[in-house]
Amino acid sequence: MEPTNIEAPEYFHKVVDCQWACPAHTPVPEYIRMIAEGRYADAYMVNWKSNVFPGILGRTCDRPCEPACRRVRVEDEPVAICRLKRVAADNKEPIEDRLPRPAATPNGKRIACVGAGPASLTVARDLAPMGYRVEIFDADAKAGGMIRSQIPRFRLPESVIDEEVGYITGLGPVMRLGERVESLGALLKEDYDAIFVGCGAPRGRDLDLPGRQEAAANIHIGIDWLSSVSFGHITRIGRRVIVLGGGNTAMDCCRTSRRLGGEAVKVIVRSGFDEMKASPWEKEDAMHEDIPILNFLVPKAFTHEAGRLTGVTFEPVEAVVDEAGRRRLVPIGEADVHHACDDVLVAVGQENAFPWIERDIGIEFDDWGMPVVSEVSFASTNPKVFFGGDAAFGPKNIIWAVAHGHDAAISIHRHCRGEDVTVRPAPGVTLVSQKMGIHEWSYDNDVSNDARFRVPLRPKAEALGNVKLEVELGFDAAVGFHEAQRCLNCDIETVFAEPLCIECDACVDICPMDCITFTANGPEADLRERLSAPALNAAQDLYVSAPLGGTGRVMVKDEDVCLHCGLCAERCPTGAWDMRKFLLDMTHAEAA
Amino acid sequence: MTYITKPRLHHPLLQPNALGFTRRDYEGKVSTLCAGCGHDSISAAIIQACFDLDLPPHRLAKLSGIGCSSKTPDYFLGGAHGFNSVHGRMPSVLTGANLANRELIYLGVSGDGDSASIGLGQFAHAMRRGVNMTYIVENNGVYGLTKGQFSATSDKGSKSKKGVVNHDQPIELVGLALQLGASFVARGFSGDKAQLVPLIKAAIGHKGAAFIDVISPCVQFNNHPGSTKSFDYVREHNAAVNRLDVIAPRKEIVVDYEPGSVERVAQHDGSVLTLRKLAADYDPTDRAAAITHLQAHQAIGEIVTGLLYVDPAARDLHDYLGTVETPLNRLGDAELTPGARALAAINQSLR
Repeated sequence: MEPTNIEAPEYFHKVVDCQWACPAHTPVPEYIRMIAEGRYADAYMVNWKSNVFPGILGRTCDRPCEPACRRVRVEDEPVAICRLKRVAADNKEPIEDRLPRPAATPNGKRIACVGAGPASLTVARDLAPMGYRVEIFDADAKAGGMIRSQIPRFRLPESVIDEEVGYITGLGPVMRLGERVESLGALLKEDYDAIFVGCGAPRGRDLDLPGRQEAAANIHIGIDWLSSVSFGHITRIGRRVIVLGGGNTAMDCCRTSRRLGGEAVKVIVRSGFDEMKASPWEKEDAMHEDIPILNFLVPKAFTHEAGRLTGVTFEPVEAVVDEAGRRRLVPIGEADVHHACDDVLVAVGQENAFPWIERDIGIEFDDWGMPVVSEVSFASTNPKVFFGGDAAFGPKNIIWAVAHGHDAAISIHRHCRGEDVTVRPAPGVTLVSQKMGIHEWSYDNDVSNDARFRVPLRPKAEALGNVKLEVELGFDAAVGFHEAQRCLNCDIETVFAEPLCIECDACVDICPMDCITFTANGPEADLRERLSAPALNAAQDLYVSAPLGGTGRVMVKDEDVCLHCGLCAERCPTGAWDMRKFLLDMTHAEAA
Repeated sequence: MTYITKPRLHHPLLQPNALGFTRRDYEGKVSTLCAGCGHDSISAAIIQACFDLDLPPHRLAKLSGIGCSSKTPDYFLGGAHGFNSVHGRMPSVLTGANLANRELIYLGVSGDGDSASIGLGQFAHAMRRGVNMTYIVENNGVYGLTKGQFSATSDKGSKSKKGVVNHDQPIELVGLALQLGASFVARGFSGDKAQLVPLIKAAIGHKGAAFIDVISPCVQFNNHPGSTKSFDYVREHNAAVNRLDVIAPRKEIVVDYEPGSVERVAQHDGSVLTLRKLAADYDPTDRAAAITHLQAHQAIGEIVTGLLYVDPAARDLHDYLGTVETPLNRLGDAELTPGARALAAINQSLR
């Protein structure tokens, strides 16, 4: 293999699995260390700069970082990254004086944002302090979009939304709330310098089955029903509730039902338990609230009597993998089953809806009715119009919307300056030695043996009694510290300097994970088999040195399960190994 | 020295041996030697060898004297018996232990100061008596604990870190062991575990006095240009006579070598040593030829390594003395006080 080019930012960025997996590339280990030090406000600001909604995401994020966490590969469960973010948000001292100021002088450019959800708010967060006049339109009376309308209050208290949305509205965007944009063509005529569409995927899919019309009074579309609950329009539901669908919205629906009078609430899903789209922890939370999840049942009809819903009939199926490797659900031939209920919540997916975008204003749509949007610049085929969040590529989640918002803001800024919108600014990268003394590092390199800590919950009876009462109590400072200590500091990189190595094997002998090998060079597949421990995880890179002076062998380090404990550097007599902090900061619009 | 202990976590694919132990179970406390010390590599090689041999750690006794090398038994096989003796006196303590209980596996760990200076006499007598042990000298040619004076194994003409030239003749422990009748003699290098681990495995399987001289560079005081025990010097002047594979008892020998290139030696414990020849016509069962080869190569500045001599039919001290097979701590009153009639019989035989 060729020597690894550690100058390329991607190399060490990939080693920081959590940051690499995060759509916004939040420097996770950096803020987790701050939490361990009790620097909650500092930790909050690292997050705020990167993901804009630390308190909200610390409760609701889909956490792509956690399955990526190296802890999963070296012991069992990931660091509770998401809930640590909440520790920072809950315990921080006031941070208002650390926020950017509204621009002193406008730069004369006007940007319209359609929808006041996370994507638009991120665009405003980046552009407003630069002097842009950002006007945010939303049909609702309060900003926040799906954060406010769809996420139940028992998961996310309104005060947290108000606080973090308030930080953005405080930057000076013009909030045009209660104004639904009915025509993009009309908006274009108002001569904005750019328009950002961040209207989400606002339409819940329906199930057009027999009985749907007749029993309509007791069949509700999940996201619409959740938003009615959020805004206080709905406060009760029947005693027996069936939730159709296996995603996170279904989980929110069933748990909300339990709090509004639903005593016998069931989730019934077409697919198997493991194939459900809901995050594992959301399924766990639902089951904890005595909600059974029934799988492999395809709904066939709504049953009704005298115009009133009586239940749903299902056909039992099983999953069969055909020759092409596709999973299909086929009936197992058993009789249909009937589940009686008083209300049904349909949470079988969301879709985009753009009835308000004319098809003759230069915005191309694909065969599925989605706008054609660049994955790099988020520009549509109309150079003035940008998309982001669920409006761009269909339903995802908040952290993706934030990442899109940052990228779209860069494009809008470049567009307004007449520059190529496809160009992305390079990230800011530093790599600094953490050596403080002979065996002293500026990070805590002793690896914690603690298992993942559980977030304490409010007693079930109390939690189910009030739809607005937050269920999770969050880690207290002490548990937060111990959970933070589980972080392996994967951003403190092992950096190898060939000319200093005397091939004494000290690093090989001390490495607890058998990551390091000195051997004859060879092709990657061959090297992976020949290491101290075989490197079978091809998704993780091998760090290969140039040939060494003494023997001509190369040093090969398998990054896969390295604990970043720094023992290789501690045992190295010549300083050929050093532990250096890799900090990658995404560049946002300001510096673009 | 290291301040944090080695994390308990290990590679997910770390394999257990026949006893269900992983290699990590053969470790000891974290080393307090200087970072990069060759001795730590030797400890790692001992760990690997004992793991490979499926040795129950509590069946091994590790004994040492004084010095950097003699600290190392604390850093491997935490579950084994240990004895840190007076300077240079490891061989006699070990001999005593071995006479008292021949069922344990004895590993003596010593250094060039401990064995070639203060303990030279002890070393000599353990070898000539054929004490059943593995005697490892971690040889760095320097007194590291007292800041780098020449030791008795420093080569004539080699330089200290400050540039002082050594004028004394070195004690060649390998040559001495051969002359004194050790029945297994080898030399390894801490920087080459592929060579060292099989040597240790073979020595542990050998019945009789097995001696391994391991050149172990002192990174602090003896790893500079002018040293003859530095990583670079040893790598450049290493003249290995063979490459050894140890095949465990009852394992089928499947490796095919070119005819004539390999010698097989069956050991007392049933293991088979497969020796791939590197030096033409080197015969590791010929003691006199080994001494000649050693001296010839020493004269041209080469360091001869590998398995230099083995006598697979060797006998040990217990055989010579005809001692009781049962460990002394398991002998009961019946054996220890055979009574007046037995005494009378002995007295009668002496009349």
